[in-house]
Amino acid sequence: MSRAAEPTVDLAAAEAQGLTQEEFENLCHILGRDPNHTELGIASALWSEHCSYKSSKAYLREFPTQGAHVLQGPGENAGVVELGHGWVAVFKMESHNHPSYIEPYQGAATGVGGILRDIFTMGARPIALMNALRFGSIDAPRMRHLVDGVVRGIGDYGNCMGVPTIGGETDFHPSFNGNILVNAFALGVARRDSILRARASGPGNPILYVGSRTGRDGIHGATMASESFDADSEEKLPTVQVGDPFTEKILLEACLQALKSGAVVALQDMGAAGLTSSSFEMASRGRTGLVLNLDKVPRREPGLTPWEIMLSESQERMVLVAQRGKEDVLRHVFERWGLEVETIGEVTATGRAVIRDQGKVVADLPIRPLTDGAPVYRRPALEPAGLAERQTKAKVPDPGDPAKALTKMLDTPELGSKSWIWQQYDHTVRTNTVRGPGGDAAVVALKGTPLGIAMTCDVNPVYCYLDPRTGAMQAVAEAVRNLACVGAEPLGVSDCLNFGNPENPEVSWQFRESVRGISEACRALDVPVISGNVSFYNETEGESIHPTPAISMAGVLPDLTNLPATGFVEAKDQVILLGVDHGEHGGSAYMRLLHGVEQGLPPAVDLAAEGSLAALLRYLAFDGALRSAHDVSTGGLGVALAEACFEHGLGADLKLPVDPVGFFSETQARAVISVTPKAVDGVLAEAERRGVPALVVGAVGGDSLKLNLDGTKSKIQVAELHSVWSTALPRALEL
Amino acid sequence: MKCGVVVFPGSNCDHDVYHVLKHLLNVETVFLWHDDADLKGSDLVVLPGGFSYGDYLRAGAMAGLSPIVDEVRRHAEAGGLVLGICNGFQILLEMGLLPGAMRRNLGQRFLCRDVHLEVVRDDLAFTSQYSVGQILRMPVAHAEGNYFDTPKNLDALEKNRQVVFRYCDPGGGPDDPNGSERGIAGICNRDGNVFGLMPHPERCSEELLGNVDGLALFSSVMKSAAAAMEVEA
Repeated sequence: MSRAAEPTVDLAAAEAQGLTQEEFENLCHILGRDPNHTELGIASALWSEHCSYKSSKAYLREFPTQGAHVLQGPGENAGVVELGHGWVAVFKMESHNHPSYIEPYQGAATGVGGILRDIFTMGARPIALMNALRFGSIDAPRMRHLVDGVVRGIGDYGNCMGVPTIGGETDFHPSFNGNILVNAFALGVARRDSILRARASGPGNPILYVGSRTGRDGIHGATMASESFDADSEEKLPTVQVGDPFTEKILLEACLQALKSGAVVALQDMGAAGLTSSSFEMASRGRTGLVLNLDKVPRREPGLTPWEIMLSESQERMVLVAQRGKEDVLRHVFERWGLEVETIGEVTATGRAVIRDQGKVVADLPIRPLTDGAPVYRRPALEPAGLAERQTKAKVPDPGDPAKALTKMLDTPELGSKSWIWQQYDHTVRTNTVRGPGGDAAVVALKGTPLGIAMTCDVNPVYCYLDPRTGAMQAVAEAVRNLACVGAEPLGVSDCLNFGNPENPEVSWQFRESVRGISEACRALDVPVISGNVSFYNETEGESIHPTPAISMAGVLPDLTNLPATGFVEAKDQVILLGVDHGEHGGSAYMRLLHGVEQGLPPAVDLAAEGSLAALLRYLAFDGALRSAHDVSTGGLGVALAEACFEHGLGADLKLPVDPVGFFSETQARAVISVTPKAVDGVLAEAERRGVPALVVGAVGGDSLKLNLDGTKSKIQVAELHSVWSTALPRALEL
Repeated sequence: MKCGVVVFPGSNCDHDVYHVLKHLLNVETVFLWHDDADLKGSDLVVLPGGFSYGDYLRAGAMAGLSPIVDEVRRHAEAGGLVLGICNGFQILLEMGLLPGAMRRNLGQRFLCRDVHLEVVRDDLAFTSQYSVGQILRMPVAHAEGNYFDTPKNLDALEKNRQVVFRYCDPGGGPDDPNGSERGIAGICNRDGNVFGLMPHPERCSEELLGNVDGLALFSSVMKSAAAAMEVEA
């Protein structure tokens, strides 16, 4: 078929593909000439916010990325930390917000697919998934449809892959009405010596294409993800990719088998910006060049232009660099699994990407000048107007009967049980799940070793809205605390930074402050950032989401024999409160959900206190003294205690050192633990030795939660509370 | 005793069953590739859970046509033991080795949680270590586990004592998490050598995972194999 004439390349064309005038001029300067249409497409994808991190890179350099356990920090497909016994964990969290808002099922599904590929391209077998979901108000337009689609999308993809979805968090807040967040996390394991890095090396080595054929889906998706939503966003539907988990499952098995052959030099998935970013990234890291013959690329339909092939984001595709002469070994593995393999080019020493189509050169670009020369912006930052007002302390109304107020809080989609969601995810496949969804941190066993791997993801966007720096610190501190509640030592963080438009100085300020908060907390608590992702332009019609720097964290447990439960285990066990309350209600769930107030400073974060608390919890867990441990977070002591009662339907009789208002305060660095009566003295002594305030507040037992709050008495049946809590979400969804 | 675990493209519980047989029960166990018409001398053939061929068309439909299933059929017809778990059960239905069909779960959603089962048969090679009326706890993880057949066929199924496990509540009262006819969770063929069930016994065979109710299913098979060998000797 004859091809239409190449579109003209000028500033207007560059702007249409997402470049600014300055960036276009810079591109022409690097090339020493004007780019052609295909080259413009490639460069604009590479320099999109999504691929280049141009508005965030300067700040992300502040993160601590080194540590005793770190084998690979940011810059690869995923970070790598040492677990022990010759094993490493490979993990990352990534956003798929924009596609999920446009088409929730496919958007969320391909988010899971993408993050899994990031793990197995490193040579690791994915063994766990989590996801952090932020929806708008449940009554907002399309919201029930979005919840249903996202949950089904995540489930259908992860379930078919046979990778358990073992944790995560889901929240609802009106700031996400027009722009939901879908952040997917995956963790894999590998032997220390079998980690692969995506570096194209060895000129003459062939470049192979494996997996699904290339089609017209997701073209310029990376650029779409670098724009804000407006009234015409429905028109972006063709930029959303379509997932095929079955192909990914066989791609996973085939790739892991191929890696064992020793014939693979580098492996890279085609994610955002497809063949463009995968080939440029591999060659850039390897400081090499490459030749690609586009007519060899398997296609779903005829008539694809070079521009389309280079920018398609069709899913379940990989490029790999093979050792010259060993292509047949690899070809045999992939064909056995029924996958298509094509040699589409080779590594060169030229430092240039030469793209050919039917013998004709359609693009010829220098690689490192484009990847390293991507723009870097320190955008103007300005404290949001009205911040002082926002941070003014609000009057906290008395809740009346604390048990009634607690019931009302648990009767919301925000604080109700999320089991309706996670029962749609296979969380027991692979038979490693020791602690599944619903607790503070999920735990999987590492077969063949005594080790456990714990993981959690946390952030409170309301705290971040009120004070991004404190909010970001809180997210890191809570993640460390959650891991400590199962006795795990944190190894690393993967962050997923979801923000509005960085060209808005107030958003830029929120971003800068959040990065500083994360850096400070990670330094103080000694947890390096090993991978991550930034998602900007989360706004609709000029309205930004609340800043949401989601923190995923993985840790290791030396053994699983004494793993504490989340909730109370046995009558007569003593309940001990660790940490003290300071009456903090800024951004608290009590004020938000019962009084509609989102004002004041978020709870202060005392990193030294968090460090001591976490160390104490880990020590007690390892020592076998902890029967259960649950951290105090959203909803304060009230919600923490209710959740502790739910696990085994056990009540407790407690005299707490807080009044009914303080029952819902969200002061940090606190946890509720239960221990056998015999263990109490030892636990109190250890807490004192470590400077952690500890107070015995009562005993487990009965079928009611009996409270004495500074003289105010209140009581409720655990079964009654549980029934409200466990049905709140499906009722709100009107199922 | 030798066990073979069939690997279809898209199987994802193959390693889990292998782990229980090989590492927990120390039985010789091999993987059997869907494209090879060879059971490698397996006494027990397991069709594991997962999404064989992506479950495209219909759960288990494509796997029911792959090269290895003719061998599995021959093995079953000769009285050999065949166990189908979850997707493996769906495949046995598609192959016609077991009667009935699966519909989507009542509620139309994938369901992953613990369920309770009442043991209906304890005289099979697969269930000899259980006792009739015993209540088991086992995880399910499926979207299409809603067992269906006509009332007449269901009557025949019951009359021929082919119901092996039935869903129940923790106290043994009736329960039906996915809408299955008559709470059916697992059935066998008339000879009792082919057994299919939706719950995952391999996911509850280790103390570490907090539940060992599934282990007796596999050890039952080992015990009956050992007994059969003694008879032969």
